[in-house]
Amino acid sequence: MTNRLSAAFSKGRPALVTFITGGDPTPDATPAILDALVAGGADVIELGMPFTDPMADGPAIQAANLRALAAGTRTADIFRIARDFRARHPEVPLVLMGYANPMVARGAEWFAAQCAEAGVDGIICVDIPSEEDPEIGPALRAHGISFIRLATPTTDTARLPAVVDGSSGFLYYVSVAGVTGKQQAAVDSIKEAVARIKSGTDLPIAVGFGVRTPEQAAAFAAHAEGVVVGSALVDLVAQHGADAAGPVRELTAALADAVHNAKALA
Amino acid sequence: MNTATIPNSLRTQPDECGHFGQFGGRYVAETLMPLILDLEREYKAAKADPAFKEEFDDLMKHFVGRPSPLYFAPRMTEHFRAIAAEQGKPENGAQIWFKREELNHTGAHKINNCIGQILLAIRMGKTKIIAETGAGQHGVATATVCARFGLPCTIFMGATDVARQQPNVFRMKLLGAEVVPVTSGAATLKDAMNEALRHWVAHVHDTFYIIGTAAGPHPYPELVRDFQSVIGKEARAQLLERTGRLPDLLIAAVGGGSNAIGLFHPFLDDTDVQMLGVEAGGHGLDKEHAASLTGGKPGILHGNKTYLLQDEDGQITEAHSISAGLDYPGIGPEHSWLHDIGRAKYLPITDDQAMEAFTLCCQLEGIIPALESAHALAALPEVAPKMGKDQIIIVNVSGRGDKDIFTVAEKLGVKL
Ligand SMILES: Cc1ncc(COP(=O)(O)O)c(C=O)c1O
Repeated sequence: MTNRLSAAFSKGRPALVTFITGGDPTPDATPAILDALVAGGADVIELGMPFTDPMADGPAIQAANLRALAAGTRTADIFRIARDFRARHPEVPLVLMGYANPMVARGAEWFAAQCAEAGVDGIICVDIPSEEDPEIGPALRAHGISFIRLATPTTDTARLPAVVDGSSGFLYYVSVAGVTGKQQAAVDSIKEAVARIKSGTDLPIAVGFGVRTPEQAAAFAAHAEGVVVGSALVDLVAQHGADAAGPVRELTAALADAVHNAKALA
Repeated sequence: MNTATIPNSLRTQPDECGHFGQFGGRYVAETLMPLILDLEREYKAAKADPAFKEEFDDLMKHFVGRPSPLYFAPRMTEHFRAIAAEQGKPENGAQIWFKREELNHTGAHKINNCIGQILLAIRMGKTKIIAETGAGQHGVATATVCARFGLPCTIFMGATDVARQQPNVFRMKLLGAEVVPVTSGAATLKDAMNEALRHWVAHVHDTFYIIGTAAGPHPYPELVRDFQSVIGKEARAQLLERTGRLPDLLIAAVGGGSNAIGLFHPFLDDTDVQMLGVEAGGHGLDKEHAASLTGGKPGILHGNKTYLLQDEDGQITEAHSISAGLDYPGIGPEHSWLHDIGRAKYLPITDDQAMEAFTLCCQLEGIIPALESAHALAALPEVAPKMGKDQIIIVNVSGRGDKDIFTVAEKLGVKL
């Protein structure tokens, strides 16, 4: 299953990774938005699992989490959305991103089995650092689900091996110390950080947090294997609600164009 | 659930990774992880440094006003003896003693922890302090130590709590702190903690987060407990000196659990001493409440694994308590462990029961307790009349009730 992820990062150009929150504005509206991401040219889809207490997120994604929950989104809806996505898009990698508690509420084993059954390729969990890997890592690996870890500006060289150990698919470099959707990192700092991380892993590196425009995405893509865009897309969902598919597709296409051609430009 | 094998001493938790049995741990974003590890190293060094303990003890004595008295409550004792007699048990009615944490500077136990943490912050070279607060007691205590040591202070407080704890908001401002009202969720303690964590990840390099209870990622539950253990250490020595014996029962209110673990911990290996943590039962366990142990199940929130109020999807449910300091859907991990191994018992008390105990304490002992502490006092009718006259109960009066008079007036239908 990891194949879909490695294929996405082996196209000879940077990959566009896009995030939206599952169930926002409603569970029924999510499939069309996911399809718009694919149609726009996203290489990897991150589907956010809503949580009542999104403490690593800025206002945009916080609000998306609360909209999704207010619309009655349940864990079962997220897996149904994932399963249907896999049926429509057999080749596009799908990653669930969220917080620990909804992932372990019925046990990590249950969660990992559901992921495998629904055709989910990987998991990003904000609040399970490598120190707490036993909480969910073994179950994910047993079911062939990639555990995608986060590295941050505070992850130093000494710590990096622990972060990389047991992770697969790609490494998500959080470009700023902060919450989602806020500040933007300087391109120089990203260049330097990615080089540092590269010395410790062969995993592809996708850079995220604070990337909003095609120009920013292109600048980041020139130094990494992938760029993650979340809040800017989530803002479109906030603005257009159930009619967000069109605008989401437009922005995705512009981002994909910028990211895919970044290496050539740089 | 792990059937915990009970270790020789119950006072040696947590393990190297911050686990109390299956609870605790360090469930934080990667950005915070290196900082948490730094804090752990620094705390170990501080613990081994006699100068740290000396400064802590000196501040406790001269700034906080410790030791706090251990007070025999004669009329409260008589009250429950009379009830026991009415129930046909004239030989019953335990002696009731109060540990007077409400007499500390700033009016609650919270200052004990703040003194310890600000000394750590200074050791680590941090120049800014943040904290979350519910009732405002921890916010006031944090603002106080920040003023004392000249560090800028930002307090995150749920907007609902800002409204119901106005006197404390004003006190924090007088002490020079900035109070940031948090409007997400139910705008109470949990949301304040989310916002404090968000601020912290964006300011890791210069900011120290003074967590107000024995919860959060390791090493917070351990260090908060250690700083608060002054309560139990004093109480143990004071009672031994006054009566030559140990208590039979300890009672404390449990929000996150810091005043309770501070009282309990020094007694954990005294097998004859029983312990009762009082959770906020709100409107009742079948309605809205904040009793995480009695009404919740284990999960992960705010950096630790512990009992949480949650639905079957793991979404956190809103807590309710008349007491802002208990209005939180979780509890410190050491209490979850003590609950699972059966070393301490936990009892929910409703808003109405707490109100009754509040009034009783005012009128029988001349002490206006905090609503949080009134929850602990409200357990007395359940236990005191069933115990013998020679038995001893220590109740932790964790704070004074001046901050609560508006809430109480409203509940009693009195217009101030
Ligand atoms: C007086 C008082 N007692 C108890 C508590 C509950 O906290 P903890 O369980 O950490 O002692 C608070 C919290 O604000 C408080 O102000």
